[in-house]
Amino acid sequence: MTPAEICDVAIIGAGVVGTAIARALSRYDLAVVLLDAANDVGTGTTKANTAILHTGFDAVPGTLESRLLRRGHALLTDYAAQAGIPVERTGALLIAWTPEQLRTLPEITEKAERNGYASVRAVPAAELYRREPRLGPGALGALEIPDESIICPWTTPLAYATEAVRAGVRLRLACRVTAVQPDAAQAGSHLIHATRGTLRSRWLVNAAGLGADRIDAMLGGGGFTVRPRRGELIVFDKLARPLLGSILLPVPTAQTKGVLVAPTVYGNVLLGPTAEDIEDRSDTATTAAGLAALLGAGRTIVPDLVREEVTATYAGLRAATEHRDYQIRIDPGLRYACAAGIRSTGLSASLGIAEYVVDQMAGAGLPLKERIDTVGPPAMPYIGQAGLRPYQDARRIAADPDYGRIVCHCERVTRGEISDALVSTVPPADTDGLRRRTRAMNGRCQGFYCAATVSAMMTESAVTGARDGPA
Amino acid sequence: MNVDVLIAGAGPAGLAAAIELRRLGAGRVLVVDREQAAGGVPRHSAHTGYGLRDLRRIMTGPGYARHYAQAAARAGAQIRTQTTVTGWSGPRTVTLTSAGGIETVTAAAVLLTTGCRERPRAARLVPGDRPHGVMTTGELQQRVYLHGQRLPGRALVIGAEHVSFSAMVTLAHAGADVVALVTDQPRQQSYAAFALAAAVRWRARLDGVELADLRTGAVRFVACDTLVFTGDWIPDHELARLAGAEIDPGTRGPAVDTALETSVPSVFAAGNLVHAAETADVAALGGRHAARHLAAALRAAPPRAQRIPVTVTAPLRWISPNAIRVPGPPPPRGRFLLRSEAFRPLARLEVRQGGRVLGTARARLVPERPVHLDAGWMARADPSGGPVRVTLR
Repeated sequence: MTPAEICDVAIIGAGVVGTAIARALSRYDLAVVLLDAANDVGTGTTKANTAILHTGFDAVPGTLESRLLRRGHALLTDYAAQAGIPVERTGALLIAWTPEQLRTLPEITEKAERNGYASVRAVPAAELYRREPRLGPGALGALEIPDESIICPWTTPLAYATEAVRAGVRLRLACRVTAVQPDAAQAGSHLIHATRGTLRSRWLVNAAGLGADRIDAMLGGGGFTVRPRRGELIVFDKLARPLLGSILLPVPTAQTKGVLVAPTVYGNVLLGPTAEDIEDRSDTATTAAGLAALLGAGRTIVPDLVREEVTATYAGLRAATEHRDYQIRIDPGLRYACAAGIRSTGLSASLGIAEYVVDQMAGAGLPLKERIDTVGPPAMPYIGQAGLRPYQDARRIAADPDYGRIVCHCERVTRGEISDALVSTVPPADTDGLRRRTRAMNGRCQGFYCAATVSAMMTESAVTGARDGPA
Repeated sequence: MNVDVLIAGAGPAGLAAAIELRRLGAGRVLVVDREQAAGGVPRHSAHTGYGLRDLRRIMTGPGYARHYAQAAARAGAQIRTQTTVTGWSGPRTVTLTSAGGIETVTAAAVLLTTGCRERPRAARLVPGDRPHGVMTTGELQQRVYLHGQRLPGRALVIGAEHVSFSAMVTLAHAGADVVALVTDQPRQQSYAAFALAAAVRWRARLDGVELADLRTGAVRFVACDTLVFTGDWIPDHELARLAGAEIDPGTRGPAVDTALETSVPSVFAAGNLVHAAETADVAALGGRHAARHLAAALRAAPPRAQRIPVTVTAPLRWISPNAIRVPGPPPPRGRFLLRSEAFRPLARLEVRQGGRVLGTARARLVPERPVHLDAGWMARADPSGGPVRVTLR
């Protein structure tokens, strides 16, 4: 970033919310800069969650979250189909294990209706076990939420960022904002100091997730404090995938939504999350206690699951605040938009949030002039399990034999896909970025077979700022 | 395409089987391997000691891998590398992906020799952060021996079995300073015995590990730049499971009888897929053994006796092969292989079928080290006597 870089809108935070806002703004005649402290998009709350595209059936009725979830679910379902983001409409079964829980199911149905979702259906125990024969004993009944889906949490922000960058948005990664002050040279504008230079911007959007309250404080805020909630998760081997058909949800309590078992779009099975309020905003370590608690819960829900091999464990931090609802506010005087406190629903609501924020900014004076040269959704590399992957695609291999050269055996990622990722619009900065773009090294061997080869490919490619491996 | 025998995996077991099949006059033998070169794990295991039992000489891993790859080609087996078996489209029909495209191959018999891997850190549920610099021996060897990578700084090895010492040698070769071998077992000559990896910590990159003393519960931090998880083998059983083969709960590989046939007719399995992990020569001898029975079955499928499962009880972890037929051939090398989870310097194994004792044997049990049980007791098994169980007396 040059010292004099100037733009109309600066967005701080390139998570799923920030990239969605960048994409929405990229359709207008505006100079937009998207900044993130990390070296990639979607590395915070965005990347480590339950990867579910929620309908919002269980949101708190009347909240902004409820409204934007509903809207976001519809928008992202469409967008994913256009951009090739892996989505599977598996549906969810919310399972009652005690008579008390069984009695709350009608309330949950009624709540879903107040959230504008009318497709919830009661499923008796016999039908439940017919549909999910590997379910542990003791389930008394369930609700079916047919539109709950699983989604790729990595491709989603990458698709938004790719569309935005192709439309001219300037993406500044590894660029941490250190201070924001009024621009003395131009009244009403912001002077944004960051680790890679200084930026002058007429508008500022705060989508900083776990750091949103710090950015807000730089603008005189103080209406909320981020209180990270850590969620630990266990990913099971693909051989566990036939054990379940749908997302298996528990009945939520006042404290937590509880531990779920869900398929992933990569063909694995996810168990989690825990929910633990912590202080450290960077502490994404898993804990012995957390993993043990998950295995205990998993043993009840699908006993055969815990006999399968574990492929990965991880922890994510939800950007919760002391408030129950999203903290989305516009300050027209300051030309400042804040999209914070998105908690755990940002992935599902992202396009709804972006639409709402841009609409509010327009109402506060941001001139929106539609561009004639719009870019539209990009065709993202497909990394799901349900559709046709390059290694299965004879035509693709005939056109380029590198799509027949499997490098990561567990995930069946080909040399062609890795090469594509390395030269993509938003290329990976390191092997973790490559994992999120291709699935390479994400499988059961965790690199036993392929990490050395993949790292060598990464090193050979001329990726700016690449860092790699243990060397 | 049609072949007589399809072999999935061109490691020591698969290549030794291919050579033997051709020697016995099997027609078209196709060996496929997903890696760049045939030879399996020995390709990147630079230390010596290979070839002792099968070739009666001592070679380095890469030399041994080359020897087998060349010998199999000379024997007339077709070897295709960078070719992945992606699944089954019939009982003995597989789908292959390679740079040449997608192909379906039907075989009269299939031999699975897909080997084993080390459980990575996540599968061992070691909590903590997820930094770079944490790997298995397999990844370490490939980084160092196939890609010439240097690993300066301090290194810690989890495990204190044979492969752990191999990892230590590899780390030293790569310029690392190996500060400790750590094990949860009570007895090993290591710098920090009685300790188990408790958590991995990092900031920008790997800082080190917290180790918990299993006797006292005391936790201490050991700084390191590289952390290698060794051993804790798991068979690469995906193809076996997708074939619908019964999986042995002990070995976690396909259950095999003493001819090394799985529960799926004409699908055989050998090498470290059925005993993770033995040395390469033992895997090769298993491949050769499977080849003989597979070749015999191709000539004339014999009427086969009922399979009788063979199981073990704790502290024994597994036995391989884990089924017999009466009558049936002896297992590879005339012996069953077992593993124990506990040290028992003067153990006495007892083979029982129902109330009858079929045999006994002395054994020295050390975790992760092979235990052998002579197959002489098989002659006394009753075809209708039910499961056979091996216990400690």
